[in-house]
Amino acid sequence: MSTKRISKEFAEVSQNPPEGFTITLPPSASLHTWHIVLTPPPSSPFHPGRFGIILTLPTDYPFKPPVVKFITRLYHPNVTNDSLGNVCLGILKPENWKPSTKIAAVLEALRNLMIEPQPDDPLEERIADEYRNDRPAWEAKARELVNRFALEEPVFPAS
Amino acid sequence: MDSEEEYMSPMSSGDEIMPDDSGDEVSGAEDFDEDDFDEPDPDFGLSAKDMDKKKVAAHTVSFKVYEPSDIRRQQEEMMSDVNMILDMSKEDAAILLRHFRWNKERLLEDYMDHPEKVLEAAGLSSNSASQPKLQAVPGFVCDICCEDEEGLQTFAMKCGHRYCVDCYRHYLTQKIQDEGESARIQCPSDGCGRILDARSLDLLVTPELTDRYHELLNRTYVEDKDTFKWCPAPDCPNAIECGVKKKDLDRIVPTVECLCGYRFCFGCPNPDHQPAPCDLVKRWLKKCADDSETANWISAHTKECPKCSSTIEKNGGCNHMTCRKCKYEFCWMCMGLWSEHGTSWYNCNRYEEKSGAEARDAQTKSRTSLERYLHYYNRYANHEQSAKLDKDIAQKTEKKMVQLQTTSGMSWIEVQYLNSASQALQTCRQTLKWTYAFAFYLAKNNLTSIFEDNQKDLEMAVENLSEMFEKPIQELADPKLKVDIMDKTSYCNKRRVILLEDTAENLAKGKTATRPFLVYDFPLTKTYRQMDV
Repeated sequence: MSTKRISKEFAEVSQNPPEGFTITLPPSASLHTWHIVLTPPPSSPFHPGRFGIILTLPTDYPFKPPVVKFITRLYHPNVTNDSLGNVCLGILKPENWKPSTKIAAVLEALRNLMIEPQPDDPLEERIADEYRNDRPAWEAKARELVNRFALEEPVFPAS
Repeated sequence: MDSEEEYMSPMSSGDEIMPDDSGDEVSGAEDFDEDDFDEPDPDFGLSAKDMDKKKVAAHTVSFKVYEPSDIRRQQEEMMSDVNMILDMSKEDAAILLRHFRWNKERLLEDYMDHPEKVLEAAGLSSNSASQPKLQAVPGFVCDICCEDEEGLQTFAMKCGHRYCVDCYRHYLTQKIQDEGESARIQCPSDGCGRILDARSLDLLVTPELTDRYHELLNRTYVEDKDTFKWCPAPDCPNAIECGVKKKDLDRIVPTVECLCGYRFCFGCPNPDHQPAPCDLVKRWLKKCADDSETANWISAHTKECPKCSSTIEKNGGCNHMTCRKCKYEFCWMCMGLWSEHGTSWYNCNRYEEKSGAEARDAQTKSRTSLERYLHYYNRYANHEQSAKLDKDIAQKTEKKMVQLQTTSGMSWIEVQYLNSASQALQTCRQTLKWTYAFAFYLAKNNLTSIFEDNQKDLEMAVENLSEMFEKPIQELADPKLKVDIMDKTSYCNKRRVILLEDTAENLAKGKTATRPFLVYDFPLTKTYRQMDV
């Protein structure tokens, strides 16, 4: 039953993407996996990086929230600093998710997270502490990782 | 098995037997009973007399047990009250009551002040008199599934967020079945906090879910009220009400007993742990579970190789140690290099050095502290083990009673004294177990020696009773032994009450006493905590 909703959302978002986003479907895949490239605005310390994000829609979507993972490494309090790239986003928590929430809103929240991290709800405690107590050091490291990992076009895994 | 048995059996049956017996001892036993009868089984009718007695006894709290029908009836009564006072339908009253977490007084007060605001907040604005209904809206597109078929059945609450019935149902099924929610399910719209009322839910929820939904709804009553708790015994559907306050938990141990016979603490998630207060129990359990005690043993019985830091236990022999791992040779006494000992083989004369003396001191302290802990722990664990055998004992008792009836020709009622004895053993052992955890944290003063005397008296009585209780059937048939067991049973129960009462009084006074009754951070304990690191 969710196909209609997903195709509609994909049509809207891909034709008229929110600022800084490019959205594609991986070749020969179902509508349930989206490849997203996010370029944060100049006000973000992650600018001008290009970040690859995989958005997976569960079979129960929109009754269950989508799952979002970064494939590009970044130094961020709310994204695990490993190859998994798990994201902590309030809107995606089961208790906050509502079936009427749209993927556009999720993208919006992701962009805001790149401008303003949420150190009070961290996945990486250490990075959150640094962000709170020594902002210049955090920013330097964040930029360093952008230069190391995020200047090329993100490469999405084949499957 | 325990529910029926414990419900039927305890002391009150003893009550009935006592007069059957002849002799002087009986009257003595009866006197005991007068004192402690209401104590081991407080569920036996909460008459006004009982309640009064409970207020007097320092180690008991007053509480009530409710069966599922009582819980439903209470909700009904509150609904009717609100229904009468505020002149609204029972369904609306229920929604309001759930919104106010069953605090009727606050509901009425708030409603009198701002009726519109209250109704609005609970999802019942004044024009909601019309029943919730399904509608087909021309040109409607469901925002969830994007379905736009003509004649699609839709539903919306007062907030106006309209979705198709299928999506609404799917949403509710997920909330009720997967997430176990009932009274506080929100509108599916993003950012809308309106709570789905029971009437709308009844309309939308599929028949298979209705029962589950109403069961969950019924449960929220107990969960919403701070003074209510479910009985934690497996499969027990009862709830218990107890008004004990959180801030009093350092002075009161609120043990309650369900109709099913399960005794538990109302203040924490543990089974009955009188006389020890909840906080102490938490510390004790953590202490026993912690690996720190293992580390402690290691620090008292082993040393580290000065070179490779392997842990070494000296199991006899001389002081000349050779580490098996790195082959380092050192002296067990001073931990120094063995070759530096020169000619003083097998006798370390550097032993008296100041640093050596300090190290030895620390080791001794650690050992004393460990022994102190082990002293209490072993006794605690011993009684716990016995408590675990309670079920076997209870079963054995039953068998014994049957045997006794056939061998001695005693009637059922005449052998009930064995059941009373078994009950007393179980309850007293549970208490004894916790007296040892409690004693570990006791300050050394005269109150403590009184406590230890009480503990000793109870323990002796329990062991005596236990010994008699396990005698072979032939001897149990002896009327003399029967009287002895009955006496001892009463005596055990009485000693237990005395111990609990004394301790409870001291705990209650604890805050004002110049010398503290309980010391959580014992000087000794502190020392060996440092050793752990």
